[in-house]
Amino acid sequence: MFIQRIKENLKTTQLAGKLGWSMEANWADPLLFAIYSIIRPIASSLILVFMYLVVTRGKTSFDLFAYIFLGNAFFMYVYNVLFGISWVIHEDREHYQMLRYIYISPIRMYYYLFGRGIAKLITTTVAVIITLAFGIIFLKIPINLLEINYPLFLITLFVGLFVITCLGILLAGITMLTAHHSFALTEGLGGLFYLACGAIFQIDLLPRWLQYISKSLPLTYWLELLRRTILGKSLSHTLSRYSDLELLLIMLLTTVLLALVSNYIYKSIEYIARKTGKIDQVITY
Amino acid sequence: MSYAVETKDLTRTFKKGKKKNNTNSKTSNLIMALDNVNVTINSGELFGVLGPNGAGKTTLIKILATLLLPTSGSALVDDIDVVKYPEKVRKKINMVSGGEHSGYGILTVKENLWMFSQLYGISNKIAKQRIDELLKLLGMEDYAKLKISKLSTGMRQKMNIIRGFVCDPQILFLDEPTLGLDVQISREVRRYIKTWVRENDEKTVLLTTHYMAEADELCDRVAIIDNGKVLACDSPANLKKSLKQDAVYHIEVNLMLDNLESFDQIPGVKKFAYEHKTQTGRTFLMFILENDCYISGITEVISNNSSQILSLSKAEPSLEDVFVSLCGKALEDENRTQN
Repeated sequence: MFIQRIKENLKTTQLAGKLGWSMEANWADPLLFAIYSIIRPIASSLILVFMYLVVTRGKTSFDLFAYIFLGNAFFMYVYNVLFGISWVIHEDREHYQMLRYIYISPIRMYYYLFGRGIAKLITTTVAVIITLAFGIIFLKIPINLLEINYPLFLITLFVGLFVITCLGILLAGITMLTAHHSFALTEGLGGLFYLACGAIFQIDLLPRWLQYISKSLPLTYWLELLRRTILGKSLSHTLSRYSDLELLLIMLLTTVLLALVSNYIYKSIEYIARKTGKIDQVITY
Repeated sequence: MSYAVETKDLTRTFKKGKKKNNTNSKTSNLIMALDNVNVTINSGELFGVLGPNGAGKTTLIKILATLLLPTSGSALVDDIDVVKYPEKVRKKINMVSGGEHSGYGILTVKENLWMFSQLYGISNKIAKQRIDELLKLLGMEDYAKLKISKLSTGMRQKMNIIRGFVCDPQILFLDEPTLGLDVQISREVRRYIKTWVRENDEKTVLLTTHYMAEADELCDRVAIIDNGKVLACDSPANLKKSLKQDAVYHIEVNLMLDNLESFDQIPGVKKFAYEHKTQTGRTFLMFILENDCYISGITEVISNNSSQILSLSKAEPSLEDVFVSLCGKALEDENRTQN
């Protein structure tokens, strides 16, 4: 029974992933899609480079630039997946008008959304790889591919992606109830994580109360571990007291907690949406 | 006894929305979409819910299809409570709604249908075989490889109807499935629905419609619903029989008559309804009289209104007349188009 359910959920995830990929890749011809996939992340990186040059006027160490560049590159996952998954609800409900039929099918919506998120993860992975390659080749970011701690890097990456997807599903739940405000909410939450998780500067610089929030978020440990495994060091004094293993354990613990919270909140919201008749409410927004 | 669908005092209310200076009681801000609905549908039955727009038909289907929770009362699908065990109910049902543009436009007809078959855990081989059969049966095989964004509204709706059948559900909810379809496609769809239920004893269809002819042609039993209340529930033949002792007259006049409400006061008139067609300027009047002798009083009133009678006929009671007798109003124009 339990194994059968796991099989069903995996199948749902796989199917939703396929559907998501069709949507990601099918909107334009392959060449245009490839060009877009390359130009977009490079343009984002260049914005960051120019901001860095203007703000620091070359007075800050190159280590900080590498810190910012890497944090920014991996943070693409957060924005793309958070926005992508919550957009699934909007898109399926308003544009394709299929949410009601997906919802009443025997699959579990949570895994369907998870699968749709995977498609976003794939396209974002391409963008992250292009950004990192651009950084190594043109901006001389000191990444030695032979010195990366790959096992730790891969574990960290996947746990982080899992937690981002869980957050995306939580936002998707909220989108079920608040069609008008989901974009602002996603932007706002993404912005909060950008500030609090050490994406562009160390959490040491944050006010103490905000540091408590930072330390409760698995994404903080995710970015820190990614930097350590790729660059071999990090600049955060607050987190430097933890070993890699300790950071990984804290990240796993906070991830489990967040996944449980995400699941609970999503289910509660889904119940409210069913109660208030919002699951298939088309408002042509 | 076990039913395919059973509702007990099923009630659903909706809030009207925020109103300023609302000094009325709490209940005044509520719309009663379903009001203590008690319906039982047997397995193998093609059951119709007939009523005008806003009668509560879609709300009923949404609750049974686990999309919406009732405010009170209970609803069972194959003896399973839709509130407590929605996952179990979903394995037995599917739903199709008419008059919408649903479907993943970037996928082809076949891809859309295949994807849905997979959501229901149908094996790849069976799914492909069934999709081909259904596409052929409903005359869509030439559209199989076309992206659905390129389909006409009618073809898209037809594809959605196939989507409803592709998982071979035990109970199928069809919410106005032929809404907006042309006469030819509507006929094909009706024919298929009828065949599907007749050939499969254990299959049940709950169909909502506001097309009288559709309900009359397809349904074993019909529940007439208005303002969230079930007013009558029986076979179309029995419903029509209930009017046999009355005289049903249809009259068409060339003007929009003044004081139409006064027809209700004429002796012998049990029920009266009318429908004015703005395009032609004509008015269609329907009377249910205690007996034939009262028709002269009607024609006299029409003549006194300086209106000309274009046609007058005594009709065999139809479902529409039953509806008029129960609700005191006619359904919309589309009925005549469909008829």
